[in-house]
Amino acid sequence: VSDPLVAGAVPPATLSVIAAAQQLGDESVTLLTDGVPSEPVPDCISSILVMGGGKTAESVAAAVQSVAKEHSYSHILTSANKFGSNFAPRLAALLDVSPVTDVIQILSEEEFVRPMYAGNVLTKVQATDSPLKLLTVRSTAFDKAAVTKSCDNVTELDLPEWTASIWKGESVSKNDRPDLGSASIVVSGGRGLKNGENFGLLEKLADKLGGGAVGASRAAVDAGYVPNDLQVGQTGKVVAPDLYIAVGISGAIQHLSGMKDSKTIVAINKDADAPIFTVADYGLVADLFEAVPEMTEKL
Amino acid sequence: GKENRMKVLVGVKRVVDYAVRVRVNKGTVDLANVKMSMNPFCEIAVEAGVRLKEAKVASEVVALSIGPKQCTETLRTALAMGCDRAIHIQTDASMRTDYMDLQPLAVAKLFQKVVEEQGSDLVLVGKQAIDSDAGQTGPMLAGLLGWPQVTFAASIEPEGEGLMIERETDSGTEKIEIPKLPAVVTCDLRLNEPRYATLPNIMKAKKKKVVTLKAGDMGVDLEPRNKVLEVYEPPSRKEGIIVDNVDMLIDKLRNEAKVIA
Repeated sequence: VSDPLVAGAVPPATLSVIAAAQQLGDESVTLLTDGVPSEPVPDCISSILVMGGGKTAESVAAAVQSVAKEHSYSHILTSANKFGSNFAPRLAALLDVSPVTDVIQILSEEEFVRPMYAGNVLTKVQATDSPLKLLTVRSTAFDKAAVTKSCDNVTELDLPEWTASIWKGESVSKNDRPDLGSASIVVSGGRGLKNGENFGLLEKLADKLGGGAVGASRAAVDAGYVPNDLQVGQTGKVVAPDLYIAVGISGAIQHLSGMKDSKTIVAINKDADAPIFTVADYGLVADLFEAVPEMTEKL
Repeated sequence: GKENRMKVLVGVKRVVDYAVRVRVNKGTVDLANVKMSMNPFCEIAVEAGVRLKEAKVASEVVALSIGPKQCTETLRTALAMGCDRAIHIQTDASMRTDYMDLQPLAVAKLFQKVVEEQGSDLVLVGKQAIDSDAGQTGPMLAGLLGWPQVTFAASIEPEGEGLMIERETDSGTEKIEIPKLPAVVTCDLRLNEPRYATLPNIMKAKKKKVVTLKAGDMGVDLEPRNKVLEVYEPPSRKEGIIVDNVDMLIDKLRNEAKVIA
């Protein structure tokens, strides 16, 4: 089940879900989307089902339930972000299936690894209660499937209208920076930034690094420095870029949970005892207001 | 009018305190002598329920917890925060509630029994428990009941016979209208700032009623549907170094980690 298409393209998080689906075997993959993709899709996509109109969890769950009844799928997968986490457990209850959420590794058709306790514990889980497995997939744990072709096998679903909840509109935070969840470089700021304007320092550094994404700790979001969709951590987004630069972030368990699988971690903090240094490959104990502009200039 | 005032049920879970870094010992997460607290997202749900009562939108706020006998402490906290009464579905002491034994589908089914018996109009739960990190109970309960749901609520406003809720999304926020209750809402971090229970309120909470039910008697299959085969700690990162200055940092990123050009 795809996240909403972005300009006709299957979004990066869903390309990772498709890559996870391919690990389950060489069977064909059906993509359920909110529209007909105008951009290429991965080679394994054999058919596309389109649901019109449904933006609420109730309508998406009902749509998947209706196709799950018709086709005997072995697995239904979606992303473990807010889109997938919204409808998947509801769907699970409708199908009386116990889902496995936030899957980071696929061991077999019925064995999966998922994190618990803010990523401090991993559990190997065997789902045997039903022939149908329902999974939400952590997109950063899987590569993105390559987009190769168009798929003409498209079916529009005829779905009943759900009226007990009504989608009334959205407020998408304006951000022309790369997508936080899929960027190869992320520069994040915390309470140490002191205000929203100072995030401009991080944007300049990210630009100098070839267009990195900008993230934030909970403290920075709660203080209103940046919008909530930039939050990295147990309750925000999980990222795993090649390079994660944590600036003015102390490194609470809940923040580490969202970034400690990054390939290289840099911490810039004036407090030498900040827990962020325990996960950093390179730590710089310095005043961020001096170190960040200096780094931007020297790159 | 008074007839429109809703009956609210709030789910609260007893979990390892958010500041504790847990360890794996003898093949499972070691919970011996570890500080336990109310799940932070459940505190937010309790606060949301109590605020609806204070705004005279809710007539009654009932707290529900499922787990061992120590869950009564969690329920007393909810009562001290302003819930009117509590229901405890008690599980056997040996049954872990952090996904190892009791899992969200069974929890949602137990919850459903209480909702139906109590005639609740609105169920408030946290968006996830910080032990299992499953985030399933709320939407599952809504699915079982056939009720509308809103997850990751960032604001809840009464509107007409229902609610207008703003929820957090992957790219910002969106508004969902529930024209008419009942509904299930799961609470995100930014919904509110939960109050501390004051001493007088903690004393008052001792007089409030807690009803205990036995999980095993409720006609719900409590067996875990997903078998936990193994529990282990993730590989630890290799030890890092402290660099002396920005030049050294850039040099390391360029020539050692090779992550920048």
